[in-house]
Amino acid sequence: METGSPDGTGTAGATDAADATDATGPSREEPVWTGLPPGLLHMRRLLLVVWLGLLALAAGVLPALLLSPAWAALALVPLALLAWGWPMLARNWRSWRYAERADDLLISRGVLWREETVVPYGRMQLVEVTSGPVERHFGLASVQLHTAAAATDATIPGLDPAEAERLRDRLTELGEARSAGL
Amino acid sequence: MNGAGEGYDALGGPAAGPAGSPAEATRSAADAPPPADGVTERRLHPVTPLRRAWAPVAVLVGWAVHDPDQAQRQLTRLTTTHLLVGLAVLIPAAALYGFLTWWFTHYAVTGTELRIRTGLLFRRTAHIRLERIQAVDVTQPLLARVAGVAKLKLDVIGTGKKDELAFLGAGEARALRAELLARAAGFAPETAHEVGEAPERQLLRVPPGVLAVSLLLTGATWGTLLAAVVVPTLLWLATHNLWTVLATAVPLVGAAGASSAGRFVGEYDWRVAESPDGLRIDHGLLDRTHETVPPGRVQTVRIVEPLLWRRRRWVRVELDVAGSSNSLLLPVAPREIAESVVARVLPGVTVPTGEALSRPPRRAGRCRPLWWRGHGLAVTGAVFAARRGLLRRSLALVPHAKVQSVRLTQGPVRRALRLADVHVDTGANHTVTASLRDAAEAAELLRRQAERSRTGRRDAPPDRWMA
Repeated sequence: METGSPDGTGTAGATDAADATDATGPSREEPVWTGLPPGLLHMRRLLLVVWLGLLALAAGVLPALLLSPAWAALALVPLALLAWGWPMLARNWRSWRYAERADDLLISRGVLWREETVVPYGRMQLVEVTSGPVERHFGLASVQLHTAAAATDATIPGLDPAEAERLRDRLTELGEARSAGL
Repeated sequence: MNGAGEGYDALGGPAAGPAGSPAEATRSAADAPPPADGVTERRLHPVTPLRRAWAPVAVLVGWAVHDPDQAQRQLTRLTTTHLLVGLAVLIPAAALYGFLTWWFTHYAVTGTELRIRTGLLFRRTAHIRLERIQAVDVTQPLLARVAGVAKLKLDVIGTGKKDELAFLGAGEARALRAELLARAAGFAPETAHEVGEAPERQLLRVPPGVLAVSLLLTGATWGTLLAAVVVPTLLWLATHNLWTVLATAVPLVGAAGASSAGRFVGEYDWRVAESPDGLRIDHGLLDRTHETVPPGRVQTVRIVEPLLWRRRRWVRVELDVAGSSNSLLLPVAPREIAESVVARVLPGVTVPTGEALSRPPRRAGRCRPLWWRGHGLAVTGAVFAARRGLLRRSLALVPHAKVQSVRLTQGPVRRALRLADVHVDTGANHTVTASLRDAAEAAELLRRQAERSRTGRRDAPPDRWMA
C-alpha cells in the first residue's frame, strides 16, 4: 500500500526514535499496513457520478425551461464538484489503511483531518460486520469494533466480505485470548 | 438480614410460581445455580406503595398549570357527589395498584447474582452479576428518613436506572449492601452473611463553612444569580409583560437556587471514608446519600481548580465510574489532602505537579492564543494525565489499565503547525485529550500509550478484590 505521505514517514521516524531509546521495547515491530480493496472507490465514484449527474441534469434543464437558456450554466456547478470530487475520493480511499499487530489493531484514515486509532484486542467488546444493499451489490462489507468507550470510532469500510469475516473471526479470537474487563 | 421482619419466604414462593416469568430476561445466568434451592426471595418494605402516591396529584397539578382556564371550568362543574364518587373509585384503585406492584416485586441474593423480579403485567427479571457491580448507593430522601427506609441503587454498565430496590428498611439496606459487597469481593456465600459491614476509616470531612465559602467563590453561583436578577429586569423594561418576565425568571431563579443553595444542601457534611470493600462517600443535609465505589472501578479522576480557589489552594475532585451517575469525590478540599485521597482511589498514583506537566510547543499559540498555556501533559508509570483550561484548570488522570482505545487526530491547521491531539477513551464514556502536542511526539505517544494500556491491566487488581 501507499505509505509514502510525509506523515507516514514522520510516524515511522518517531517509532524508530522510540525504539532507539526504549531498551525493553516489547513487540515494537513496524506495523504492516493493509489498504482497502478498490471496490469501495468504485462504489463511491459511482454514487458521486449518479447523484451529481442527476443534480447537473436538474440544474441544467429546469432553470433553462423556466427562465432563459443562459441559466443552463448552473449545471456547471455540480459538474465542477464532480471533477473535484473524483480525485478527492481517490485520496480519501488511499488514506484508509489498517494494521493487525500482535496485540492491537491500528486504523489510520483521513487526508485533511487525519485520525489514527489504536484498539488493544483485549478491550474489544463486540465486532460487527455490516453490509448495506449498495455495498452488497459491490461485494463489500464493513467491520466495526466496539469497546466499552462509545467514543472509540473504529470502523473499516469497504472490505471484501471474506476478508471482513476473516478479520472478525481473528479479532474475536484474539479478543477472547487477551480479554480484559473494564 | 431479616431485621425488619420481611420473612415472607413462605408466601413469596407460591405467589411467584403461577405468575411465572415468560421472558426470563437473564443476563448471563448460564452458570448460576438453579433458583429453587436455598435462595430466599424477599419483598421490599411495606411503605413502598406510598412512594408513588404523589404521582396522580402531580398529574392533576400539571394539567391545571398547563391549562388554567379549562381547569377553572372543570372545577366549577365539580359537585360534592362527583368528588366523592371520584375519590371512592380512585383511592382503592391506586391502593390496589400500589399493593400489587409491591406484592409482585421480589429480590434475592444468590452466590453470584442479585435477582430482581418485578412487574404486574409486564414481567421483568434482572439478574445482576455481583462482580460486575460498579457502585452501590444507599440513598435516603427526606421523607424516607422520616419513615426509616432507604433506597438501594446498583450501578451496572449498560443498564438504565431501573436496578434499584426502593424501599428497604434502613438497617436492612445497610446489611444488604454489606452482603452484596462481601459476595462481590469473593467471600464464600456461607460466610458473606456474617462478614457484616466492613470497618471504615474516615479520610476526610468537609466543614460546612468551607463548603459555603467555596460556593461563594464559584463563578457559576454568581453567574446564575446575576442572570436571575438582570435578565428579568431587562425584559420588564423592554416588554412590560408580566407573563414573559415570569416565564424567564422562574427557570433562572430555579437554576440559581440549584447551583448555590441546592449544591450546599446536597454537598453538606461530605465525608469520604476508606474501607476494604471500597470508597465510601456520604453526604447530604436533607437527603442523605451513602455511595460505595468498590476498588478498581474508577475510570478517570479530574482535579478541578477554579480561578478564585487558587489562592486558598482548594480543589474539587470529580471521578468517573462506568455506568454510574456519581461524579463527585470531593466538593472542596485543600490540594495536599485531595492528592492524598486521589492516591487512595488510584493506588500507586502520585498526582503530577504543575512543573511535571509538559506544555505544548510555543507555536501552538498560533492556533489557540493564550489558552495554549493551560494545556499540559504528563505520563507516569500508572496514569495518563492531561491538563486543560487557563483560568479554571482541570487535570484529568486516567490509569493506563482503564484505557479502552487511543486516537490521534490532526486537522489542517494542526498539520500546518506540525501539531496533533491525542485522545484517550475510557469505559465511563469520557475522553481525555492531550491537545496541541508536537506531531512527532504525539505519534510516539499514541504507540506508547497503546502499549501501556495493554500492559497496565496485568498489575490491576481482580474484579473480586478479596478472592
